Amino acid sequence: MAVTTFRIWRGCDEQGEFRDYTTEVFPGMVVLDAVHRIQAEQANDLAVRWNCKAGKCGSCSAEINGNPRLMCMTRLNSLPLDRPVTLQPMKTFPLIKDLVTDVSWNYAVKKEIRKFEPRPPDAQDRTWRMSQGDVDRVQEFRRCIECYLCQDVCHVLREHSLHDRFIGPRFLVHTAALEMHPLDNANRTGDLKDRHGIGFCNITKCCTKVCPEAIAITDNAIIPLKERVVDEYFDPVRKLFRILRP
Amino acid sequence: MSSIDVPLRGNRFGSTARRDLWWLGPVLTLLGLGTFVVYATWAAFQGNYYRFGPYLSPFYSPEILGDPQHAWAGGWPSWWPSWAASAALLILWAPGGFRLTCYYYRGAYYKAFWADPPSCTVGEPRKRYRGEKSFPLILQNTHRFFLYLALVFLVILALDVWRALWFINPQTGQAHFGIGVGTLVLAVNVVLLSCYTFGCHSLRHLVGGGLDEVSKSSQRHYAYGCAGCFNRRHMMFAWLSLFSVMFADLYVRLCAMGLWSDWRIV
Repeated sequence: MAVTTFRIWRGCDEQGEFRDYTTEVFPGMVVLDAVHRIQAEQANDLAVRWNCKAGKCGSCSAEINGNPRLMCMTRLNSLPLDRPVTLQPMKTFPLIKDLVTDVSWNYAVKKEIRKFEPRPPDAQDRTWRMSQGDVDRVQEFRRCIECYLCQDVCHVLREHSLHDRFIGPRFLVHTAALEMHPLDNANRTGDLKDRHGIGFCNITKCCTKVCPEAIAITDNAIIPLKERVVDEYFDPVRKLFRILRP
Repeated sequence: MSSIDVPLRGNRFGSTARRDLWWLGPVLTLLGLGTFVVYATWAAFQGNYYRFGPYLSPFYSPEILGDPQHAWAGGWPSWWPSWAASAALLILWAPGGFRLTCYYYRGAYYKAFWADPPSCTVGEPRKRYRGEKSFPLILQNTHRFFLYLALVFLVILALDVWRALWFINPQTGQAHFGIGVGTLVLAVNVVLLSCYTFGCHSLRHLVGGGLDEVSKSSQRHYAYGCAGCFNRRHMMFAWLSLFSVMFADLYVRLCAMGLWSDWRIV
């Protein structure tokens, strides 16, 4: 039976510190199991947010040995256990207590994104027809579980705190799901360029690396949106065609 | 846009809780790109040893000015400064610009050369950040125009491979078909450059990605699928083609200098 030390952030921002907890670990355990064990046996007041324990609710996001990950999907045998496993809350969001952060900024940002605007029904039965291929492209973005690990790892938010000027990868994915939808008629390129700050993204692909749903955030969502912004604002040839087109 | 009050915690340069070799990727990128930039700059300023038999170094193709027998516009004008008399200097800005503005390379060299960030969740050296929203990095949006030039270069380099199949018999002066190792080096280089270019994010967007209903045009849907296939391996082809173009120049250069012998296969 193995014993492992977990170095967990305790407290709030001003009065926080890392504390070591040593507990038994068993084959098949994930980090969240160990946290629950510590909570049950040694630290009843340890605050941790969780729900499904299956990588689908996106609640148990934290930084494990400095990497943003879901605690419920990180198996202990994937970590070096000869040294303490560091657990800390997501750095990009205000800390509430221990491993729990206030992610409500994300809900406010989502409300500011222009909603889905379907074109008028064009089939005889007063509905729409879409090609499966076109739907598949945006379906990738709908796998997002809103764990906000991508927001946490994005250096624009994490290091530069540009929360008031940049919506972050999660909401660029959301915008892509709307903007590329075969039925949607709205144009969000102006918002992307100005209000949503897509130009702040410098394509480091950190968001893609941490996504537990393996969404190709940078390649399939952010860069195609950047290209749409280029179409509209930085391509004089296209602009000329638009003017000349009857 | 909603604002947020995130208390700043020690964001010192290089500070991180990561324990993996997070610095290895940026260091390898620095070495890889640094080697290429140093070699390409050196090779571009040489202005000689870029042609051997039917082979022309990709750094010097198209040869607009240079060897009066082969260059498109003949020899160098008398007023041209001798230090800049290199065909490579006339053309390398185009493929160089294509790589400089490439979405993959941008992410890689921002990390390796500017530490912006050094790696994911690693502290940065500076607080101020403007991203690609203002000058000079807003110019990265010109990528698609460099793409158009890169496509032209692919055609020219493919023609160079065709010319590299025809060797001149020194006795008769007649051209005859043949394949040398240099032919294969140039051919592999064009294939890798094509795989890199066809996976370009801008190309994928232009051939169909910009449409919400790309499947309505079967040709564009097919082109989008092909570009997507190459795009998924864009990083791999970016590196392979970078080294293949450097090696192709080196091969022709060493053959022209008499340091390597070109082995004729056919």
